[in-house]
Amino acid sequence: MATNVQNKVNAKSREAFKKKNRKNWLVILGFMAPALLFYGVYVVYAIGMTFYYSLFDWNGIDSNMVFIGLQNYFEVIRDGVFWQASGNNALLIAASLLTQLPLGLIMALLLFSPIKGMRLFRTVYFMPFLMSTVAIGILFIYIFDANYGLVNQFLGAVGLESLQRGWLGNEDTAIWAVIITICWQFAPFYMILFRAAIVGISEDLYEAADIDGASAWRKFSGITLPLLRPIIITSAILSVIGALKYFDLIYVMTGGGPNNSTELMATYMYDQTFTNFSMGYGSTISSMMFIIAFIVTLGIITVDNKRKADF
Amino acid sequence: MINKLRQTPLYIVAIALLLFTGLPFFVMINTSFKGQAEFATAPWALPEALSFENYTFLFETNFFQYFGNSLFVTVISVILTIIFSAMASYPLSRMKFKLNRPILLLFMVGMMIPIHTTLIPIFLLTQNMGLYNTLWGLIGPYVAFALPISVVIYTQFMSDLPKELIESAKIDGCGHLQLFWRILFPLLIPATATVAIYNFIHIWNEFIFALVLTNSDDAATLPIGLREFYGEFSINIPGLMAALTLASVPLLLVYFVAQEKIIKGLAAGSVKG
Repeated sequence: MATNVQNKVNAKSREAFKKKNRKNWLVILGFMAPALLFYGVYVVYAIGMTFYYSLFDWNGIDSNMVFIGLQNYFEVIRDGVFWQASGNNALLIAASLLTQLPLGLIMALLLFSPIKGMRLFRTVYFMPFLMSTVAIGILFIYIFDANYGLVNQFLGAVGLESLQRGWLGNEDTAIWAVIITICWQFAPFYMILFRAAIVGISEDLYEAADIDGASAWRKFSGITLPLLRPIIITSAILSVIGALKYFDLIYVMTGGGPNNSTELMATYMYDQTFTNFSMGYGSTISSMMFIIAFIVTLGIITVDNKRKADF
Repeated sequence: MINKLRQTPLYIVAIALLLFTGLPFFVMINTSFKGQAEFATAPWALPEALSFENYTFLFETNFFQYFGNSLFVTVISVILTIIFSAMASYPLSRMKFKLNRPILLLFMVGMMIPIHTTLIPIFLLTQNMGLYNTLWGLIGPYVAFALPISVVIYTQFMSDLPKELIESAKIDGCGHLQLFWRILFPLLIPATATVAIYNFIHIWNEFIFALVLTNSDDAATLPIGLREFYGEFSINIPGLMAALTLASVPLLLVYFVAQEKIIKGLAAGSVKG
């Protein structure tokens, strides 16, 4: 008897639910439509089209699109400049992880140390991140300039004239000059990420360590560093993705030169597409960037999940 | 005394980093107040007298047109991003339906991919839509790329709002639209601030799409304009430095006024991503 009533109630509410559901779908769709439209067109559709164009030999101007299957991909695999560019991307990843993150961490830790004039330090440390990349690029062209450059003036002042050179015009030094500039731009960003995470660490832990007479180093290695691990992983992911798609600064400072020594996947893609007018081949390089970024991100997340499971 | 001695290394590191981050700014601003002749003889010395000629020189150029273009594109894009992402996160966080997770995931993936992958199709699409070389042509992609992080921030924030609030509003007979705009949206102000700050900085400085989607001063934003300047006046370094300084002013100004807010906004925006 009781179950009978229950069933009836259930059936009734199910019907009401269905009706409500239909109305709900309209509401859901209405609220999400603008976002889905923009995202759908400019991101989802665009990525699909990149893969589509990568199957053609096409200059992007006339309507003469020749389907060539995967031939562009075979070509890109044999393309020395592409490999040089992706090698530079790999170098940039390593340099980002080894310079930006540690420097950001040191700056964040300094902001919690008992030094005076904290507001000044914090303000100046963060400023580079607010400057536009193009402005940074132009500014550092002059800092590394052969004649007026700050670097060469400094070397001259301390008697190291032999080291003076046009840093960006030299095949061996250009990539390092660019890497230093990128570090200057992004270290502050990691500083604020680390700072936000350090604020979240409980004071009690440090007080307990003080009672035990722990040294500053011990407190850092035993408390701060382990608790910062999640944010370090996040920063590493951001830094790797950032280095994979890097474009602006190189384009402004060196244009990928001299002699491709600072070429990155993104600058090579731009050159092929908008200077050489090989839309198909440019799309292939784009697709490769997408695939590489996808694999690398997936790799980091998998390793991180494994680590979490072990923890 | 001993304590002070022990702090010396700290100060050395702190001041070294201060020079590393601050010196380029100092050089930029310092040079912008020098005459060209003075710069040629003593490029890195302090200026003999503060001269504003480099700044008044900018009025003879297209600098303020670029500046206005940037402001227009950035403000419109940020406003549209706020409206679209806040609306999208309402059903995503407050209504249960089958596609909740997949749609949120679709937006989250957008934060992980190199956005440059969309460059060529967007270039062709913008031409076909007749928006090539217009400011409106930039707004579409900027809003689209800002959506993933913004939707995630809003969805998270809205999920944390108390359930009772919405229940009681529903009992009062509020429709969804009214409920959202009158009651929820004002409560989202902290999330809106984060979304606005995070996207303003990134859109103000965006370069590659502006480079590809515009080809004249009418639609060029500040980063494009600065590069034009560099090509045109590369000999007039003090003038160029004045342009760089002035281009950085809006963000630096906002930063000095709302330092904590910006730092928090950026940290929150990135970690959610």
